[in-house]
Amino acid sequence: MAQAATEIHHEAHGHDAHAHHGPQGILKYIWSTDHKMIAMQYLFTGMFMGIVGGFMAYVFRMQLAFPGVSVPLFGVVSPGEYNALVTNHGSIMIFWVAMPVLIAAFGNYLIPLMIGADDMVFPRINRLSFQIFLVSVLMILASLFVSGGGFGGAWTSYPPLSAQSQYNLTSIGATMWLIAVALEFVAFLLGGINFIVTLMNARAPGMKAYDIPVVAWMIVIASILFMLSVGPLIAGAIMLLFDQTIGTGFFDPARGGDPILWQHLFWFFGHPEVYVVLLPAVGIVIDIVATFARKKLFGYKIMIFTAVATGVLSFFVWAHHQFIAGIDPRMANIFTVTTLLISVPIAELLFVMIATLYGGNIKLNTPMLWALSFIAEFLIGGVTGIFLGASGADIYLHDTYFVLAHFHYTFFPIAIIGTFAGFTYWFPKMFGKMMDDRLGKIHFWGTIIPFNMIFIPLFVLGLGGQHRRIYNFQNFPELAAMQPFRVLATVSLIIMLLFQLVFFWNCIKSWRGGAKAGRNPWKANTLEWTTESPPPHGNWPRDAMPRVYRGPYEYSVPGREDDYWPQNLPS
Amino acid sequence: MLERLVQQASSYAADIDGLILLVLVLVGFWFLLAEGMFFWLIWKFRERPGGRSEYITGKEKHLKRWISIPHALVLVCDVFIIIASVRVWYDVKQHLPQADETIRVTGQQWAWVFTHPGPDGDLDTPDDIQTVDDLYVEVDKTYHFQLESRDVLHSFSVPVFRLKQDAVPGRRITGWFRPTVTGTFDIQCAEICGIGHGVMAGRIHVQDAGTMAQWVTANSSTAAQ
Repeated sequence: MAQAATEIHHEAHGHDAHAHHGPQGILKYIWSTDHKMIAMQYLFTGMFMGIVGGFMAYVFRMQLAFPGVSVPLFGVVSPGEYNALVTNHGSIMIFWVAMPVLIAAFGNYLIPLMIGADDMVFPRINRLSFQIFLVSVLMILASLFVSGGGFGGAWTSYPPLSAQSQYNLTSIGATMWLIAVALEFVAFLLGGINFIVTLMNARAPGMKAYDIPVVAWMIVIASILFMLSVGPLIAGAIMLLFDQTIGTGFFDPARGGDPILWQHLFWFFGHPEVYVVLLPAVGIVIDIVATFARKKLFGYKIMIFTAVATGVLSFFVWAHHQFIAGIDPRMANIFTVTTLLISVPIAELLFVMIATLYGGNIKLNTPMLWALSFIAEFLIGGVTGIFLGASGADIYLHDTYFVLAHFHYTFFPIAIIGTFAGFTYWFPKMFGKMMDDRLGKIHFWGTIIPFNMIFIPLFVLGLGGQHRRIYNFQNFPELAAMQPFRVLATVSLIIMLLFQLVFFWNCIKSWRGGAKAGRNPWKANTLEWTTESPPPHGNWPRDAMPRVYRGPYEYSVPGREDDYWPQNLPS
Repeated sequence: MLERLVQQASSYAADIDGLILLVLVLVGFWFLLAEGMFFWLIWKFRERPGGRSEYITGKEKHLKRWISIPHALVLVCDVFIIIASVRVWYDVKQHLPQADETIRVTGQQWAWVFTHPGPDGDLDTPDDIQTVDDLYVEVDKTYHFQLESRDVLHSFSVPVFRLKQDAVPGRRITGWFRPTVTGTFDIQCAEICGIGHGVMAGRIHVQDAGTMAQWVTANSSTAAQ
């Protein structure tokens, strides 16, 4: 079945012919339908947007630590600019960094290589997906420079503030922000269809459902979650767009609408979205942990099914973002129960990851340090979520810096640590060169220590009652005295940003002069390590497509001389 | 614990702080256990030259216990937290105790407007007292507040009371508080409401009965003119 699907797929778009007679020069990149090329475009676009989002964080953190100062490379921050910066920092980091890098870049790069296919099932839809994504990138960047400035109504975009320009004072920016987000959703719907169909239909002969590497499973489960949750928000986005531009009143109480409707539509998507980006990062971490602990996973099926359980539960927790938003207070009780229940599968997932270390022979190189730090840091994000899921405690903590620190302890491990883990692990495959491990470790410690120094002070500020999205806390007598914590967070942020230069230097240095990687530098089992580094167009020679004989984590099998056993080796 | 950072000045502040402390103890235990186990495993099973990993599938019963027992215990902790949380929530948000006085709080871009009922104790009468950004209340008296908004979402937040409630245009949301300490405290707007969100700062003045009576008399006479 899988064999047949792969062969039909070969005939369908003949890679060899494509490579020789396709467009030349720059067009080769613009119109390439090769999954690896599209993955690289997503990866580098996402990283570029990461720099933009990081710069925004630098500017508004400077304003918070030193109110009114002229920020180097930016200037004095006005209240309107401050709101636009925090709004777009959040939007960009989630929609234009975490999503493209974790789902689109790693999904596109890894899924065909890990399941032994020569490309995605729908390569042209894949190309279209990136092009729409690129338009959304240009749209969100352009929205920062239009008259009135970028949208400043927070990434959650609650109406009536977002719906009416008399309130937000950024009529063009708000509409462009909304269109950019909607286009981004379209891009990821197209990409998601591709991931799901490819995993289902294009696996190498012999690869059964439980022989698929966890990261491929996770990206596909995430894509399914995304497709199921995003519908209501796209509908909501169009209603909001009509409210903004042609004067409808879906969210306007004066005309029979309801602002809280938007919150339901937004968070029905918004909470599953957390798991949409979490699961691929978890998958990356699990693959790396297994490889460098030289261990079979502790419970492969448990992991897949807890991921599914988390995904299902995530559809029933959305109103925990709205406990005090004016919903019926009795509803909070139901959502407290569902929210706290989600701690069970997530705890299980973390326990299984930790248990995999037991009995291992753990090699602490750069990718492994990133993977392990994900577990240690995400745990902080997880346990602090319990405070907010408990409705009674949320009365006080809602919309404070405690919330902010909590979700940065989830999103930073996901989007930043997960990305660096995956990037350093698959760099040899992507570019054929080894990265410098010493520079990698300097970059790791230079990121992870300042990261904690940024957000631990913010937990304290949140417990002290500091609320979010305020451009100058000196207006609040009770909060003004906590200024040293703000300065500490800002200084740590600047140190962390500077250490990213080590990463870029390492990339350039390794790409130009690193040691040759060979096919399988980590002695790993999964199929992507059985082809050349970097893999050629079509991934494997057409007459030597891999067959699969066993699961992806058969490390240290007793009785074998090697401590690894690639999936494609006949017994 | 929290009162070291922020004073407790309402009847339910201590309940909310107690709940936060309960959660802290329960999740703190799991956090330390998991991180401790995690770092111990990394150290215990660090790479040794010529070393080799064990082959463990996760199906072994004696090892699986290490996952399934904590799994059940996490669920038990969840139940405790849910019960404690619902109790606090019910008292603060779901149940309205008898009011001694009712005030109106109106959010607008970018100020808080407070309406005090005046000497007759009824809102929407000519002797109402309106103030902007300064709310005057009496200690140990139960207040209902009617929360409204004129334009966008705002959130009426008084950290020392542990009180927070969003104001929604088109709705009148009723809540309550009972100040227990005299003094002057911050009022915040905790929901982004436009470029002036950062300056939407009010003050609440909790006064003893005598001072409050004087304040009402002094202001109602001007209001009646």
